[in-house]
Amino acid sequence: MTTKALHRSRSGAHPWMANSTDGLKARMLSAIGADSIDELFRQIPDTHRVKAPIDLPPAMTSEVALKRHLRDIAARNAHGETHLNFLGGGIWQHHVPAICDELVRRQEWLTSVFGSPESDHGRNQAWFEFCSQLGELLDMDLVGMPVYGWGCAAGHAIRMAARLTGRSRLLIAGPIAPERLSVIGTYCASARDESVIAIERILPDPKTGRIDIDALASRMDATVAAVYLENPNYLGLFETQVPEIARLARAAGAETIVGVDPLTLGVAEPPARQGADIVVGSLQPLGVHMHGGGGVGGFIASRDEERYAREYPTFLVSIAPTVAEGEYGFGLALFHQTSYGMREEGKDWTGNSTYLWTIAAAAFMALLGPQGFQAMGRRILANAHRAAEKLAAIQGVRVIHQGGFFKEFLVDFNATGKTVAEINRALLGHRIFGGIDLSAEQPSLGQTALYCVTEVHTDEDIDRIAQALTEVLAR
Amino acid sequence: MKSPSYHAARWAEPIITELGSEGRCGLFIEDAPDALDLMPRALRRTSAPVLPSLSEPEVFRHYLHLAQMTLGMQGVSLFGTCTMKYNAPVSEAISWRPEMAETHPLQDPETLQGSLAFIHGLDRMLRSLSGMDRFVFQAGGGADAAYTHCAVTRAWLAARGELGKRDEIITSIQSHPCNPATAATAGFKVITLTLEENGYPSLEQLKAAVSDRTAALMIGNPDDMGIYNPEIREWVDVVHRAGGLCFYDHANFNGVMGKIRARELGFDACMFMLHKTFGAPKGGNGPSVGAYGCSAELEPFLPAPLVNEENGHYRLVQPGAGASGHVREYLGNVQQVMKAYAWTLAMGADGIDEASDLSVLANNYMDHRLSTIRGLSHSHPHLTGWRMEMTRWSMETLCRETGVSVFDVQRRMTDFGIDAFWLSHEPWLVPEPFTPEAGEMWSLEEIDRWLDVLETVVAECYADPETVRTAPHRQAIRQLDQSHINDPARFATTMRAWKRKSAVIPA
Repeated sequence: MTTKALHRSRSGAHPWMANSTDGLKARMLSAIGADSIDELFRQIPDTHRVKAPIDLPPAMTSEVALKRHLRDIAARNAHGETHLNFLGGGIWQHHVPAICDELVRRQEWLTSVFGSPESDHGRNQAWFEFCSQLGELLDMDLVGMPVYGWGCAAGHAIRMAARLTGRSRLLIAGPIAPERLSVIGTYCASARDESVIAIERILPDPKTGRIDIDALASRMDATVAAVYLENPNYLGLFETQVPEIARLARAAGAETIVGVDPLTLGVAEPPARQGADIVVGSLQPLGVHMHGGGGVGGFIASRDEERYAREYPTFLVSIAPTVAEGEYGFGLALFHQTSYGMREEGKDWTGNSTYLWTIAAAAFMALLGPQGFQAMGRRILANAHRAAEKLAAIQGVRVIHQGGFFKEFLVDFNATGKTVAEINRALLGHRIFGGIDLSAEQPSLGQTALYCVTEVHTDEDIDRIAQALTEVLAR
Repeated sequence: MKSPSYHAARWAEPIITELGSEGRCGLFIEDAPDALDLMPRALRRTSAPVLPSLSEPEVFRHYLHLAQMTLGMQGVSLFGTCTMKYNAPVSEAISWRPEMAETHPLQDPETLQGSLAFIHGLDRMLRSLSGMDRFVFQAGGGADAAYTHCAVTRAWLAARGELGKRDEIITSIQSHPCNPATAATAGFKVITLTLEENGYPSLEQLKAAVSDRTAALMIGNPDDMGIYNPEIREWVDVVHRAGGLCFYDHANFNGVMGKIRARELGFDACMFMLHKTFGAPKGGNGPSVGAYGCSAELEPFLPAPLVNEENGHYRLVQPGAGASGHVREYLGNVQQVMKAYAWTLAMGADGIDEASDLSVLANNYMDHRLSTIRGLSHSHPHLTGWRMEMTRWSMETLCRETGVSVFDVQRRMTDFGIDAFWLSHEPWLVPEPFTPEAGEMWSLEEIDRWLDVLETVVAECYADPETVRTAPHRQAIRQLDQSHINDPARFATTMRAWKRKSAVIPA
């Protein structure tokens, strides 16, 4: 009996591989009647086998060493607890309630794969509760399980609209984050001209920051599949003309897709009540850390009409009875229309997504309830506006829109003679992450930054950024 | 084996929207009542969202109970094609430290050197395992990595003036559905090759499919039946000669890691699933990472940004003017990249080689025992050689002889604390399919226990099929009635929809 010699770097089994002992390998080989493990790989021609050895760093089998190594690397990051953070733009620093963290780290769902409706019932119920509560916030009855991000959700929703209408023009009204716009562009592109979704931008009125309705109306006709807009928009402002925009779209037979920050929905009217047909957005503000970008996830919701349901590329988790009287469980509705059921004939594609975050979000929504969402919305409004007021009082600094925003606002530094890059570099010395530098992506605004202020920012924090900016600009 | 002593927790938790009492709130937020004036009047919410009002402990207990009603990996789960693997808490714990969890992707890269080091470090290790020249981690799952390949292929075609001319992607019926589906979403026409006697399509079939319209081949190998296509090098040559790219869907890497390199076989690009092969957790369906790797020729077409290293210092760079747009926002699930980095480092080259040894050994051990169980057979029974890390089995005979379906067996096994096994992607090429995969983590005792349970349930199918058909009996809930799950007038993805529809059509 020949087995490979145990590995030089350790004696005995690898701590994560129970069968990595000579004895167990020999036992299994003997049971199957094979002489060596190598023999089991006979299907692979010799000419396919690796030419040069796999060149990896020495195995760090010791957890003592591994933990120290990972810690040391991670320590090279600064973060929202070492620095005062004013970055947003699509992923934001909000408070994550302690129970959200505790819950998503539960091994039962953290490590799970799909399972059966009965054996993985608890997780499936949490999924359904995410959809149910989000449906209440959005005032919409049909909510799919999330996709990879807000941009991806918008991309899928736009493709849904193109299929629903059989049209191929998309109007994007108002400002949109470059990250999301890039994703939407990928989703609308095609290997064949005839299936490209053509994107047209309707830029905001520079004075008000709001959508130029006349410009939108002039482009709206019976070739438009959808209008996509965000509320609040990328530059922070609430859009008050959604009803008019939706009316224009409806009259032309186009779908209205609105991207929304769910944390506004304690105080802001849900887009569905303003005429939106499909609503998308990020679930990250609902109890998920930023994770360096790994906290994003995008939801898709719509009116509960069959024509919409038949176009969802996401899993649709439905409540259903069990054989026991009065008992309920959860299964997948319209599974067959996904790519798992129909391969290339399915609706776009379905794959691994961001479902773990729905559990954090479900707990988050239940924790806040109607009162919490209202208080949260008002608190963020108050903090952000207080910060805007403070910053506007600094010599040479202008807050472009003094009101009408939620948690993000534009800070114009053009009159200071300094670039946002210079200012942000100097702010790092004060352990502050300044707002997003828009100078490259929005050249018409010159040296302007997008500042994000949420419920995590205290009055002292706001005083601190104002003080730091004053010092930086005086230099 | 005796009847199960296991019983799942049965908390009978109501839907959370049905719980609570007016006035409670689980998260106190310092209110700012006057701030409502800061909302544009036309946009103020006219009625509060109808969410439950609950205290914090109520919410916490409710979800802890739901966790306890999730079997997942708490028993033995040999869910094939997904490579059930140990997700080590050492890296999980690091991912929840603020150094990782509280980072913003748009921070100055100087303040993200740790995350960039993890990304670059894993990139380097995956290059060594695959022979590719560059990896990116933006894709939020394996399917998203397949989509990345389609987007990169479009950008590559555009740079060569061939976009719109080469518009066909070739795959096989045994390749994961994400390959044809993402190709179609990206606007390509899909050509699907069928299996032949050896368990894979013939080279002749491929030759007949390629043309000057071929953009790419997207293919997995070995397939989910445990069959390795020994002609894959020739396949790559055929596609290259026709002018197309070759993408290796390495979803089934666990049986071949350390043994072959995609680049050495001629592939231009490949994909690894960090939440399967590389030890990051699956989260019940994400957040995941499809690590997409490619040759230097394709690197300029990768979605931005790339991470470059110079003397231990990391920078974000743009790939090139002709690059693909993003497939998702930002750099990807960085916390999962870190966990995969940790896994790869902890295993090392020898450990990874040993893990594929053990995966293949354990699968053939399972095959050996499965072949002694009544009513079971495996795909392509005339192929008697060793299989790779999983084998496609069938309960066709069992079903014919007892009337019990593979779904019934799956459900009954959960009564023994064994979560549902994987059947097969559609279309089912083998009737009543099931596909266990042992991987390198599960102990021989656990693998034997899984097989003992299956043996017990199969015996039950012959002796007492009714017990199997009406299963589960010891789970969190009884058997789900899915008879109306596809009826838009009856199914409901939210409680509000359920109430409305139930009022119209009583259950």
